[in-house]
Amino acid sequence: MIPGEFTYHRPTTVTQAVAILAEHGDEARPLSGGHSLIPMMKLRMAAPEHLIDLAGVESLKGISEDSGTIVIGAMTTQHEMIHSELLAEKIPIIRETSLLIADPQIRYLGTLGGNVANGDPGNDMPALMQCLNASYVLTGPDGDREVPAREFYEAAYFTALAPEEILTAVRIPAPLAGHGYAYEKLKRKVGDYATAAAAVVLTMNGGTVASCSIALTNVADTPLFAAEASEILTGSALDPETVKRSIAAAEAITEPASDGRGPAQYRTKMAGVMLERAVARAVERATS
Amino acid sequence: MNDMTPTREQREAALEGMGCKRKRVEDIRFTQGQGQYVDDVKLPGMVFGDFVRSPYPHAKITKIDASEALKIPGVIAVLTAEDLKGVNLAWMPTLAGDVQMVLADGKVLYQNQEVAFVVAENRYIADDAIQLVEVEYEELPVLVDPFKAMDPDAPVLRPDLEGKTEGAHGPRDHHNHIFKWQVGDKDETAKAFSDADVTIKEMISYHRTHPSPLETCQCVASMDKVKGELTVWGTFQAPHVIRTVASLLSTIPEHKIHVIAPDIGGGFGNKVGAYPGYICSIVASIVTGVPVKWVEDRMENLSTTSFARDYHMTTEIAAKKDGTVTGLKVHVLADHGGFDACADPSKWPAGFFNIVTGSYDFPTAHLEVDGVYTNKAPGGVAYRCSFRVTEAAYCIERAMDILAQKLEMDPADLRMKNFVKQEQFPYQSALGWEYDSGDYHTAMQKAMDTIGYRQLREEQKAKQEAFKRGETREVMGIGISFFTEIVGAGPSKNCDILGVAMFDSAEIRVHPTGSVISRMGTKSQGQGHETTWAQIIATEIGIPADDIMVEEGNTDTAPYGLGTYGSRSTPVAGAAIALAARKIRNKAQMIAAHMLEVSEYDLEWDIDGFQVKGNPQARKSMKEIAWAAYNAPPPNMEPGLEAVSYYDPPNMTYPFGAYFCVMDIDVDTGVAKTRRFYALDDCGTRINPMIIEGQVHGGLTEAFAIAMGQEIRYDEMGNVMGASFMDFFLPTAVETPHWETDHTVTPSPHHPIGAKGVGESPNVGGVPAFSNAVNDAFQFLGSTHIQMPHDAWRVWQAAKDLGAHG
Repeated sequence: MIPGEFTYHRPTTVTQAVAILAEHGDEARPLSGGHSLIPMMKLRMAAPEHLIDLAGVESLKGISEDSGTIVIGAMTTQHEMIHSELLAEKIPIIRETSLLIADPQIRYLGTLGGNVANGDPGNDMPALMQCLNASYVLTGPDGDREVPAREFYEAAYFTALAPEEILTAVRIPAPLAGHGYAYEKLKRKVGDYATAAAAVVLTMNGGTVASCSIALTNVADTPLFAAEASEILTGSALDPETVKRSIAAAEAITEPASDGRGPAQYRTKMAGVMLERAVARAVERATS
Repeated sequence: MNDMTPTREQREAALEGMGCKRKRVEDIRFTQGQGQYVDDVKLPGMVFGDFVRSPYPHAKITKIDASEALKIPGVIAVLTAEDLKGVNLAWMPTLAGDVQMVLADGKVLYQNQEVAFVVAENRYIADDAIQLVEVEYEELPVLVDPFKAMDPDAPVLRPDLEGKTEGAHGPRDHHNHIFKWQVGDKDETAKAFSDADVTIKEMISYHRTHPSPLETCQCVASMDKVKGELTVWGTFQAPHVIRTVASLLSTIPEHKIHVIAPDIGGGFGNKVGAYPGYICSIVASIVTGVPVKWVEDRMENLSTTSFARDYHMTTEIAAKKDGTVTGLKVHVLADHGGFDACADPSKWPAGFFNIVTGSYDFPTAHLEVDGVYTNKAPGGVAYRCSFRVTEAAYCIERAMDILAQKLEMDPADLRMKNFVKQEQFPYQSALGWEYDSGDYHTAMQKAMDTIGYRQLREEQKAKQEAFKRGETREVMGIGISFFTEIVGAGPSKNCDILGVAMFDSAEIRVHPTGSVISRMGTKSQGQGHETTWAQIIATEIGIPADDIMVEEGNTDTAPYGLGTYGSRSTPVAGAAIALAARKIRNKAQMIAAHMLEVSEYDLEWDIDGFQVKGNPQARKSMKEIAWAAYNAPPPNMEPGLEAVSYYDPPNMTYPFGAYFCVMDIDVDTGVAKTRRFYALDDCGTRINPMIIEGQVHGGLTEAFAIAMGQEIRYDEMGNVMGASFMDFFLPTAVETPHWETDHTVTPSPHHPIGAKGVGESPNVGGVPAFSNAVNDAFQFLGSTHIQMPHDAWRVWQAAKDLGAHG
């Protein structure tokens, strides 16, 4: 449980950070909250020779609004997101989800950028960002590009992020006022990854679902945007048959691993149960 | 007397003696981060050792090449079994009469087994070097399932035992068989079963888990080659035994070995035995001449040093129609892993598992235990329990519920019907123990009344009806556990460790000014001995507990003792303390008589001194007597005021308790919520009610963890799964239920202060209460027995198998 030798860098600007990354390529890794990378290094499953700590880059912090889009700097911590008035008003599901990540000590250090960029299917923010149709700003030597969260994840720890790029910000279109939302997470204990979790954001028009977006956490080697499940509910009056069909569609796209949280079959079913409960709570919260 | 003269009550309160909720004195340093643990030991020139471990669970080792590792600057040595053979330490004896490899000798028997010991200038270099030690393995077929261990074609795990038909505990029936242990009357028991109106039979498994103390196992060994003296600081629950064993193994004379157990961050049985890390550090220090530190990391701790449980108990009860039990038959298949390193008193290969008749008056019983080898880590320690008592309590408490179900009787009523009655104590059990004291009916009735048992059953019935009507997806379980423990090992007539009798000791020195230093052969790992031992002395000799310093763990200064585990400290050392204190009081009485110029028979003890009978104003306090003891003793009396006592207990003590758990289970997720947990403990005389409460809270939290998911799991390939706190269930305050505690007091008749020990009761009694609650919840759907651990997915699976998911 002791990491190999590495050189520690602490740049103060994104440009510097990208330059160090470009110089060392595969041998370098950016460090944000460190909750995934540091244990991997201690287990020697990751052995970067250069560690680029982004904590000194001030421009990567903060939450702002840019004409209907919420922009969250990559180094913004979960603690800061929980206490953001702007997020509480515009996208309260971020607070609800952040509070389900481990414990306060973890959340003081854990960042949104690190959580979404690492490609760990156990992380909660990637599915949430897919549910919210967020985009990630990736900054490389040639400048910025934007990749939708729904297209970012390729496999466990494999993403669209190039080795010389840093994920610098997350841009989220603010959901409509009055939207309903819920993040339901089943876990064995505080600090554990989800056995299964479901994020739901929807809007209601009278008794009918006007729009609906569903994503699932930790039931495949990537987060899952449940497009078909979302479509089935959209336009429906949430009659039990339709809800059942939506759940079945969501369960059908899962491919969980069997592990200490339970066998694959259980985790698939739990994705369904979490989804059912998230939909019920989201509908309760929606005002039309 | 003027108004300033303290009243008797004030004088008594000032002592903070037995019965006082005295705050733990050790917490002053612990809460300020000022404890001194093994890893705080830093010596000049100290180097670090760490292990190369096997990735394979069963393999031959064909080659170990350390040449690349030795090229790294700062790497001092790489030890292998070949090196240890030079000092005859490639293998070491276990407490259970087996031998165990210190470093892999030609093969490995479990994943993460110690293969080579790298010594380097610091931990970083040691870990770098580990990656470069090249070991060639040739994989062998793996044996994981203990039920397949004695198949005719099962792989041979221990070629070193080839041809050995006799083990430490009798004949071996198979190459993977360790022992067969039988107790009780087989024929009488068979007859009870053939005559029975009703019988039940169930294979009840208690899964493999681990004590997982916060501080892992560690040591610093320092050999002074000039003086020929070895000093070892280590996480030792039994430092004196470690010194004796170290002397026997190393041939260094015992007086030239100094073993120091400093502050210890929890033990729970994990720190009783001797591990390869200790032996390798000592050898490395002897070889290098500098101090060597070894600190286990969490994964090493969980996957190698000492699992607990792994007992598979086929249990049968014979009974009459009215519920009276007439016979008990238990067969245990015990999975010991690659070596039998069970930490039991040497004559007891299955510990005190023959307490399995529990709190019930079984006229006859028969028990058989077969120990087998598998490709898993060795251990079998008593995880916060007296040797295999937790397994026994779980076995009988689960089986009594199954019997109640078969008889369609209420499980509380069935227990009441079969309890050993108060007038039967001392009670001779069918499997050979003499229970010292108990009042089970009173305790059970108090528990049932307090929790509102009958109303809970009515509520449960209503909920079951609602569930069947589809109005709720929740089921409710009420778990009962009425356990009897056997602790305080133990009487030398039946308990020893490698020939060392299991007495314990205390030494008390009263200084001239009336303060005290006291040392014991036990070793606290969090139990609060510095607080409670002082309370016993305070009450016995009338000196305030705050003026009494308690020291343990240094073999140079403390009297010899067998250490702290199996709830033995209070039953054994606690008695030695009281008896040593009484020796002091007896001498003090003679001194007081001399000072007051009366006969000692004219004196009576009064809280903190002696007074003349009928003239209480003529008195001498212990403080005054202490001064006189040194400076003006009676003629012909030796000066000084100190005493030593060694105590060989006449019997074990038998704490008991009634635990109730009320649980609500979501059948769709398998998540179980503990609504209430009530624990009534009877540990005899209570020394410090606050420490008892703390012990009960801690033990119940462990019991909750074990029952609800804490497991060392192996896959079918022999890979140890989840040996980290990500998977190994260590509950936080968020998951832990609220505990309600209560007590009755039935003193032990043979213990000088009537105390029985309590540290382990909550783990022993808690596990069956939780498991019975889960099982009880599903009974109405036709379930008889659901195996532990009851983590969410397994509960969900059970619900599914019972058709609860529609």
